[in-house]
Amino acid sequence: MTSLRIFFVGGQMSYRALFHWMTPQIYVPSLLVAPIFQILLFAYIGRSAGLNSDKFYLVGNSLQYAAVPCLFAMSQLIGGERYQNTLSAILVSPARRIPLFFGRAIPVVANGAFVAAFSLTAGALILRVHIPFSAIPALALVILVAAFSCTGLGLINAALSLAVRENAVLTNVIFGFLLIFTGANVPLDALPGWMSTAAQGLPFTHAIKAARQLADGASFGSVAGIIGVELLVGLCYAAAGYALLRFMEVRSRRNASLERS
Amino acid sequence: MRTLRLLGVGWLYHMKMISRSPFEGFGQVIWPIFFATVAFLVFRAGDSPRTLLYASLGAAVMGMWSATSTTAGGAMQRERWHGTLELLVATPVHFALVLLPVTLAMSTIGIYSLVATLLYGHFLFGIALTIVHPLLFALAVLGTVLSFGALGFAFAVTFVRFRAAWAIGNLLEYPVWLIGGFLVPLALFPDWVRPISWVLAPTWGMNAIRESALGGSPLPDLALCLALGGLNVAIGVLVTEHVLRAARVRAALSLS
Repeated sequence: MTSLRIFFVGGQMSYRALFHWMTPQIYVPSLLVAPIFQILLFAYIGRSAGLNSDKFYLVGNSLQYAAVPCLFAMSQLIGGERYQNTLSAILVSPARRIPLFFGRAIPVVANGAFVAAFSLTAGALILRVHIPFSAIPALALVILVAAFSCTGLGLINAALSLAVRENAVLTNVIFGFLLIFTGANVPLDALPGWMSTAAQGLPFTHAIKAARQLADGASFGSVAGIIGVELLVGLCYAAAGYALLRFMEVRSRRNASLERS
Repeated sequence: MRTLRLLGVGWLYHMKMISRSPFEGFGQVIWPIFFATVAFLVFRAGDSPRTLLYASLGAAVMGMWSATSTTAGGAMQRERWHGTLELLVATPVHFALVLLPVTLAMSTIGIYSLVATLLYGHFLFGIALTIVHPLLFALAVLGTVLSFGALGFAFAVTFVRFRAAWAIGNLLEYPVWLIGGFLVPLALFPDWVRPISWVLAPTWGMNAIRESALGGSPLPDLALCLALGGLNVAIGVLVTEHVLRAARVRAALSLS
């Protein structure tokens, strides 16, 4: 029961505490307007280069932009607590770590999925891209899985925040790699072989592929396997992120570097 | 002479500060490289007659704008956080002369990004760096840096009453990349977008850099870029006076 409370209530409370500064003045330009401009930028670059349709860039970028809320929010798990001088109080508590860390990830997944869904809808209206109405429920599921998958990677990012001071730079670097490797803008078969191989193990790659097929009219059944792979990728990252967080926690205690900022 | 000395010393001082920040130094160089990579891969895979050098120059200037836009929005906010805004406003010189070197230093950092992106494209993608008019190219880069700094200055003072100015600064990165014609010819945009592009100094800076590199006549573009940059400074100075007067009347200078 305590673990469930930490997972649901604690996760929600910590999210509100860590993101009290996320007012509409910041949320709207950063998470609602910026992704639309990213979609437009790459759609027009695609037109300029004569490569792919607007729909290709719309789906790719709207999903990939979920990386911003997911990666930054997860790094804030550590960075924000450290900034507010509450990190050591949390890590010294006897609370089980799985509900403690994963409970905080739930609002992050929800927010990431909302940002991606909003970007997809607004981008489709602006670029006049038609997405079949019947594909919307399946697309919603794909978006949710993609946000979960990226939040798993965000857990690794959070763990690294215990060792890296300038985590914003690291987060931007991860975002950049996702922009290139996941096929959001460059078709996987146009990437060098090693890049398209590496892409198979990254969040978003399979979700974007599934979402594109759904937007083209494919049935949910025909992309269920691809969505399953994305989910598996996310679970692997979540497990690796959790293990790394525990390792970094022990290391930080040993080196007395928990509050280093 | 005093004014030039103030601008010079301020520029050098802020250059040193920014150079020591991993976020604004390393980050600003690395960040545009990702977008450049996507641009190179898209143009290489596409069937457009535009060359990879066209994309390389555009991506390089994108980095210059990133260095300015993301930090200029929060330039005054940062002074607030440091508790130095009141001191700077109270100095005998016009506050614009204190703030302008900050954004000029930011846009100068963009030269790192320009060079890094061009070299990256050359060594990893084999893009030949053939600059037809090297001297004019250098002039075009200098003029673009100045105009970016001027536009950044105008943004910095315009958003000063906005608490989340840094978020607006971040937001302005993509739109200027897009409508400045860095990677997309203006002809592809709807008609109503083009006048917006024309009043942006970066549009003409990009044209000047491209014309000097690919062979053309960059001087008219450079002149327009500098003229619009000067206009941005003038607007910035007027806005500064208005904002400072209002902040003094309402005792809201340290609003945070």
